[in-house]
Amino acid sequence: MAVKFLSDDTKKWQRHDLKTSLMIWSGWLAGLVLFVLCWQIISEATTWFFVFDAPRIAEDIFTRAMPPRWEYINELWEPLWDTFNIATIGTGIAILFGVPMAFLTANNTTPSRYIIRPICMVFIVASRSINSLIWALLTVAILGPGVLAGVVAISLRSIGFFAKLIYEAIEEIDTTPVEAIRATGASPLQVMAYAVWPQVKAIFVGVAVFRWDVNIRHSTVLGLVGAGGIGLQLSSSLNTLAWPQVSLIILAILLTVIFSEAISARIRAHIMNK
Amino acid sequence: MLELEKLSKAYTSGDYALKDVSFTIEKGQVVALIGPSGAGKSTLIRCINRLVDPTSGTASLNGKNITAMPTRKLRQVRRQMGMIFQDYALVERLTVMENILSGRLGYVGFWRSLFRKFGPEAENDAFGLLEKVGLPGYEDKRADALSGGQRQRVGIARALIQNPSLLLVDEPTASLDPKTARQVMRLIQDLCHERNLAAIINIHDVALAQQFVERVIGLKAGQVAYDGPPEGLTPEVLTEIYGEEDWSATVRKDGDEGASEAETPEAYAVEKE
Amino acid sequence: MTDTVQLKRWRRPPMIKRTWLRALVWVGVPLYVVLSLGSMEVNWARVIDGLPRAKEFILSFSSPDFTTRWNDIYEGIYESLVMAFASTVVGILISVPIGLGAAKNLAPTPVYLVCRGIIALSRALQEIIVAILMVAIFGFGPFAGFLTLAFATIGFFAKLLAERIEDVSKSQSEAIRATGASWSQWVLYGIHPQVFPRFIGLSMYRLDINFRESAVLGIVGAGGIGATLNTAFDRYEFDTAAAIILIIIALVLMAEYTSSWLRVKVQ
Repeated sequence: MAVKFLSDDTKKWQRHDLKTSLMIWSGWLAGLVLFVLCWQIISEATTWFFVFDAPRIAEDIFTRAMPPRWEYINELWEPLWDTFNIATIGTGIAILFGVPMAFLTANNTTPSRYIIRPICMVFIVASRSINSLIWALLTVAILGPGVLAGVVAISLRSIGFFAKLIYEAIEEIDTTPVEAIRATGASPLQVMAYAVWPQVKAIFVGVAVFRWDVNIRHSTVLGLVGAGGIGLQLSSSLNTLAWPQVSLIILAILLTVIFSEAISARIRAHIMNK
Repeated sequence: MLELEKLSKAYTSGDYALKDVSFTIEKGQVVALIGPSGAGKSTLIRCINRLVDPTSGTASLNGKNITAMPTRKLRQVRRQMGMIFQDYALVERLTVMENILSGRLGYVGFWRSLFRKFGPEAENDAFGLLEKVGLPGYEDKRADALSGGQRQRVGIARALIQNPSLLLVDEPTASLDPKTARQVMRLIQDLCHERNLAAIINIHDVALAQQFVERVIGLKAGQVAYDGPPEGLTPEVLTEIYGEEDWSATVRKDGDEGASEAETPEAYAVEKE
Repeated sequence: MTDTVQLKRWRRPPMIKRTWLRALVWVGVPLYVVLSLGSMEVNWARVIDGLPRAKEFILSFSSPDFTTRWNDIYEGIYESLVMAFASTVVGILISVPIGLGAAKNLAPTPVYLVCRGIIALSRALQEIIVAILMVAIFGFGPFAGFLTLAFATIGFFAKLLAERIEDVSKSQSEAIRATGASWSQWVLYGIHPQVFPRFIGLSMYRLDINFRESAVLGIVGAGGIGATLNTAFDRYEFDTAAAIILIIIALVLMAEYTSSWLRVKVQ
C-alpha cells in the first residue's frame, strides 16, 4: 500500500506502489506465457483425432464394462486381503524405522548434528520425493514380484513421511519439561520417554492413521507393476480387455478407499476430542 | 553442604552471566536469591545442577565436586537436588502420578521407567506426597487438567520424591496469584523444615522472600551484591541491587507480622484449598 | 504379627478404558500380524538373488548415468514438468468455482451438494486408475496425464479452498456485507483477502504434488518421466534409474524451497 502525493496536495491512495504492481503483473504475465507454451507442447504430442473421438470411445467402454461381472468378486477377496496387509504391515514397518529416525533427525534430540542428522535428512528427502509406485518398481526389480515387494515399497515411501512430520513435531515441543526431567537425574533415553514422547504422541497417532489411509489407496495400484494386491487383477483384466472385471475391480477399490477413509477420519476425530 | 567457589559463566560473546560467585549453604538452610531480571539467578541455579555448564569455578555438594563430574556420576548428584520451576514444567500429557514418579527416574533403569515400574516404595511415597501437598485422589488426573497452584504442588512433589538434600527453586510463584503464591511458599518452607532440606529460591517478590527465608543473597550483573539476613535489606541495599526506586512499601518494618512464628501448620491448613 | 506396613500401590490407568476393546486389541493385533505374515508368500531364493542387485542399485547413486539415455530422460522430465504446470493451472481454475460452491456459508444447498459430489468423486478415484481410463479413452500421451492431474487437482484444491472459506472470520466478512456490498463484492473484499495467502501456498503445494504424480503416470502410458524410469528398472539399468531419481529429488526440493520462499513473500 502506498500513498502518492499529487501536486495539489491531495493524497491519492494506491493499493501497491509502482514497482510492486509491475512485479505482480509481470509475474502473472510470465505465468500466462508459460501456460500457453505448456499447452502447445501437450497439444503437439496429442493426436486430436482420438480426443474428438473420445466421447464415442468412452461410451463404448462404458457399455462393455456394464454390468460388472459380479461373480468375479470371489477371486478378489484374497487380493483385497493382500492389499490390506501391504498397507498395514508396510505402515507398521515404517513406524518402526521412521520414529527412531525422527529422534535422530530433530535438532534437539539428534545425537550428532553434523553427521547423523544430515544423513537422515537425505534419506527423508529421497523417501518422500519418490512415489510408492516408483519404489515398487525398484523393490520388484530387487525382490521379485509379490506382496513382499509391495510391503517394502510402502514402507520405503512412508518412513520419510513419518520421520519428517514427527521430527518437526519434536522440534516444536515445549522445552521446560525436558529441562525438568533432566534435572531429576534422568538419562537421555529417559528424557525422550518421559518429556519428549508424551508431547508428540498424539501427533504421532494422527499421522500414523492418516498415512495408513493413504497407504491403502496406494497399495490398491501397486499390483500394476507386480508388487501384489488387487492391482495385479486390475492389470491382467486390462490386458485381456475384460472390461466387466475392470469395472468390478474399480468398484471394489472405491469401496475399500471409502472404508479406510471413514475409519481413519473416525479415529482422528476421536484423538482430537481427547 | 553446598559450596560455590568463584563460579563463573561466560557467553561466547565474552559477557559474563555469572562472575566469581562464592557462598556456602548449610544443611537445612533456606536461602532466597534476589536480583533484577538478567542478573543471573536462573543461570546460577542451573549451574549448580549443571543444566548449564559453568565456565570456571567449582560447585560442590557434600564435598563432591559437581563441576568436574562425568555425565554418569552427574545423574547421581542430580538425584540429590530437586528442582522446582516457574512454569511448573510438568509433562502435561502424563498423569499426576507419572509426573511425580518421574522424580525417581535417576534411580531406575530405562526399561523399568518405560513400563512405569518404579517399585512399591516409590509408589507409596508418591501417595504420601500427594496427601502432603494437598492433592489426595488426584493421581490419575492428567497434569493439563490442573490449575496453576495444583500444578506447582505436583512439581514440588516431583522434586521431593527424589529424596533430595537440596532444593533448587526457580521463581516458584511468578505464574501464581498472590494467595496461591503464599501457599506455595509456605509449603516449600514447611517441607524444608520438616525434612531438614537446604533450598535456594529464586524470587522476584522481595517482600515475599523476606517473609519466608532466613538468608537472602542479592545478585547484580552476575555478582553477589548482598548476603545476609532478610532484615538487612534496607532501601540502600535494594537500590544497590535493583537501582533507584521508592522502596518504603517493600521493606519490612520491625514488629511487622509475618515473623515465622505465625507460619504454623494450622495456618497453612486453613488456607489450603 | 509382621512389621511390614501395607504399601499403597499404583497402576497406570489403561490407555483404552473399555475392557472388551482392550482385550480385542491385545488378542486381535498379534493374531492379525501372524495371519497376515502367514498369508504372505515370499520366494526367499528370489529375494536372496536380488540382494546383489540392491547393493548395485545403492552403489549406482555414486555413479548415476545421465548420458546414455539422456534424450529419453530429458524429454520425460520436460513432459512431466509441462503436464504438472498445465494441469495445476487448469485444475485450479476449475477448482475455484467448485470450491466456492462447496463452501456451506456461500452456496445454496443444491449447488453445495453437486460440488461436494464432484470433490468426493475426484478424491476417491486414484490418480493411476483415472490415468488408465484416460489413456483408454484419449489414447497414450501427455494429454491423458494432463487430464488426470487436472481432475485430481480439483478434488484436492476445491476441498481445501471450501474448508478455508468456511472458517473465514465471520466478523470481517460481515463488516463488508454491512457496507452494502453485492455478493461478488463481498467475495472479493470479505473472503478473498482472508483466503489468498493460503491459496498461493496451496497452489505451490499442488504443483509439487502434480510433479511427483506425473513421474508415475508414464508407467500406464500417460506421458512423463515414468515410462523411461519403468524401462530403466525393467532392464536393470540402475545407473540410469539413479540419475532419473536424483533429478526428481532435485526438482522436488527446488519446488519446496520456491514455495516456502513465495509463501513468505505473499504473507
